[in-house]
Amino acid sequence: MADFLQQVVAGLASGSIYAALALALVLIHRATGVINFAQGEMATLSTYVAWTLTANHGWGYWPAFAFTLAVSFLGGAAVHQAIIRPNEKGSVLRVVIVTIGLLIFVNGLVTLIWGGEVRAVESPFPAGTTVIAGVAITTADIGTIAVVLGTVAALWALLQYTKLGLAMRAAAVNPAEARLVGVRVTWMLSFGWGLAAVLGAVAGMLAAPTVFLDPNLMAALLIYAFAAAVLGGIDSPVGAVVGGLTLGVGLNLIGTYVDFVGADLRLPVALLVILVVLLVKPTGIFGKSEVRRV
Amino acid sequence: MTALLELDAVEARYGPVQALHGITLQVAEREVVAVLGANGAGKTTTLRAISGTVRRSGRLEFAGKPLRGGPEAVARAGIAHVPEGRGTFTELTVHENLRLGAYTRRERSVRADVDRVAQWFPWIHERAGQQAGTLSGGEQQMLAVARALMARPRLLLLDEPSLGLAPMIVREIFRIVRELNEHDGLTVLVVEQDARIALRTAARAYVLEVGRVALEGSSKELQENESVRRSYLGY
Amino acid sequence: MSLRRTLVPVVSFVALTVVVAVVPLFVSEFRAQELAYVAIYLVAIIGLNILTGYTGQISLGHGAFMAVGGYTTAILMADHGVKDIWTIPLAGLVAGAAGFLFGIPALRLSGLYLALATFAIAVSMPAVIKRFEGFTGGGTGINLFGVPELTASLTPVSILGRELSFNDWLYYLSWSIALVGYVVAWLLLRGRAGLALRAVRDSETAAQSSGVSLPRYKTLAFGVSAAYAGVAGSLFAIATTYVNPDTFPVALSILLLVGVVVGGLGSLVGLIAGAVFIQFLPTWSQEVSKSPGAPSVVSGALLIALMFVLPMGVAGLVERLRLLTRRIYHRSGS
Repeated sequence: MADFLQQVVAGLASGSIYAALALALVLIHRATGVINFAQGEMATLSTYVAWTLTANHGWGYWPAFAFTLAVSFLGGAAVHQAIIRPNEKGSVLRVVIVTIGLLIFVNGLVTLIWGGEVRAVESPFPAGTTVIAGVAITTADIGTIAVVLGTVAALWALLQYTKLGLAMRAAAVNPAEARLVGVRVTWMLSFGWGLAAVLGAVAGMLAAPTVFLDPNLMAALLIYAFAAAVLGGIDSPVGAVVGGLTLGVGLNLIGTYVDFVGADLRLPVALLVILVVLLVKPTGIFGKSEVRRV
Repeated sequence: MTALLELDAVEARYGPVQALHGITLQVAEREVVAVLGANGAGKTTTLRAISGTVRRSGRLEFAGKPLRGGPEAVARAGIAHVPEGRGTFTELTVHENLRLGAYTRRERSVRADVDRVAQWFPWIHERAGQQAGTLSGGEQQMLAVARALMARPRLLLLDEPSLGLAPMIVREIFRIVRELNEHDGLTVLVVEQDARIALRTAARAYVLEVGRVALEGSSKELQENESVRRSYLGY
Repeated sequence: MSLRRTLVPVVSFVALTVVVAVVPLFVSEFRAQELAYVAIYLVAIIGLNILTGYTGQISLGHGAFMAVGGYTTAILMADHGVKDIWTIPLAGLVAGAAGFLFGIPALRLSGLYLALATFAIAVSMPAVIKRFEGFTGGGTGINLFGVPELTASLTPVSILGRELSFNDWLYYLSWSIALVGYVVAWLLLRGRAGLALRAVRDSETAAQSSGVSLPRYKTLAFGVSAAYAGVAGSLFAIATTYVNPDTFPVALSILLLVGVVVGGLGSLVGLIAGAVFIQFLPTWSQEVSKSPGAPSVVSGALLIALMFVLPMGVAGLVERLRLLTRRIYHRSGS
């Protein structure tokens, strides 16, 4: 039993990372109707920035973390303004190609600047375990869950209780009407992209100590994040978080207890989740059915 | 009396289709002016041209200054546009809708404004937390007007407030518009299909046909005009 | 259809065929091989064009259908001694069936969701291939080099009295199939089917109310495009003489879609341009800089820039030039 609970907690920790990235995808999709295929690569770039600051410039972990979040925010907003906005009026296909181009570009950029070697990264959390109710939980897992939940909570507070957050929500659901009350919709959407980049950076920085730092850090994570977002409902922030945690726990348990799957088929299982959900209930657990206006 | 709002030979198009072929009209401060016409005459487009929702050319002046830019800039200039179909944020609560109405205002607290607006729509306080999409059509229309009032606009643009509403509710809304005008001095430009109630509320009106002003005059004149009576008043 | 409008495409097609037939006489073997790959990609994107350009369904997973075709060919050749040429139509059929089957549930997905689902398929294909080792040879793959069923691999083949090396044979095989494939697609799209497909793309609701059976055409489009991809995959396996799970990576699926968009949906010129783009982009990017990562930076930036400058692709550019010349012609004529 203790073993089972341990797996659950470990699953929650990895799941919270999926949740963070999934939330980024959902934010962007809700605000601009775009699936950002480059979200993972942008997060990788952020993670490298944080790493460079600590490893090559002697910054402390948390100052580097905060600085990286700020830079990521600006980067995300800039990408929206410069690259996404001009292509918004084009076809869906055009936007897909643009985010894919961005994926390729950023992936190459990271390799170009820092090289392709795999690097070990220190975890900001002390090693060791705590025992709660007879279950040994690593401090790193607790720390990961705490950081993600903290970030998500801060984001939620921003969106629910501030004027800015209200304007952002309005811009996402009803851009035309939002303009009429004076909201600068385009800036709000860029702001949304900035926030999404921040979430991605958090996901990347938390994942790096476990999965090692290399240019393809987020490739698999992006797929898990997609699965989580689709599972929870691609337009539901709550769904993204719930989906991420569920997926994390589910994958961990399946990987441990189902022999057929083992460790290498976790990715295809995640993909199976995407396919099954998209086919059975495309709007996900928390999503609302899309109304086709004739 | 100099006009608060002046339009001179204003044109507007939707892509290749030209909707306005040169609209000229004025609205003076503290006036209620109506814009009438059949479907497709360009009434809604005229309001959209004013609020900058659609691209327009020609001379538009508000409070003596040229009116330029998109809806965000126009809202900041003091014009509140209640669009066709209400334009309420259906996924947000009543209170959030109102807060958004006050978006351009700099005050830290909108409490006082909500109270002020609630004087006209007393049910607002009770339903503050309700999702706007669950309100009835009439309530949503009133919410839309309330939201516009939160901005303390100098000019209120109302697009087809009677659309899809029962006659009793329509009368109520126009009664409120009249009172807002008489008590608060609010200037209103209202586009309406229901010419009868529009002419009873407004002092002056313009009749549009195919993107141009075909007739203008005081409400009394228009009510007595033969063609207006036949085409728009039904007798 | 006026005589002139049918004549021009036919004449240009014939001219193209002549050019294609003659080129190997002037270029090196290496070049011939590169051009053979262009033809292979052309086959794949002719199919993808039918799907995306005509019914508006976005697929980021056509590399997976190529894999189906490629593995079908490899398995038939290595394990069952089937001559390579005969495996090609079979590969197309198998891939086509897979595509048609996928097309049925895909009906429920639109735009981005479909892109996502097909992306998921492309990413999972390598892992799935590895899992069914007994069938597919798992991670080690299937080696076709030296297999007697592979034409021209051990000894040159003789056609119409001329002896062809492997690369030249590959070139003619691929281009013949590509040209035939294009004609078939052209014929398919000219008739009622084409009209229906274009109606679906432009407005699904309108098409439906006109009585076009949406599901039928959309799944058919999926099947047909997958069949093309299967044939391309089969040729690919023959060309590389080797298949393993990494022969058809996600990058290939992405490149195929990119090729269709860069080429521009619709015209043959566009499709050829797209195929050229797919084959030569990696090489060109490397010529700019060989530093690790630089080719991707160049490709990615180029891709983004192209969407700004030529959103309609090369075909769009050609169309604009055509309209421009026509305008000039009319102005000077009258």
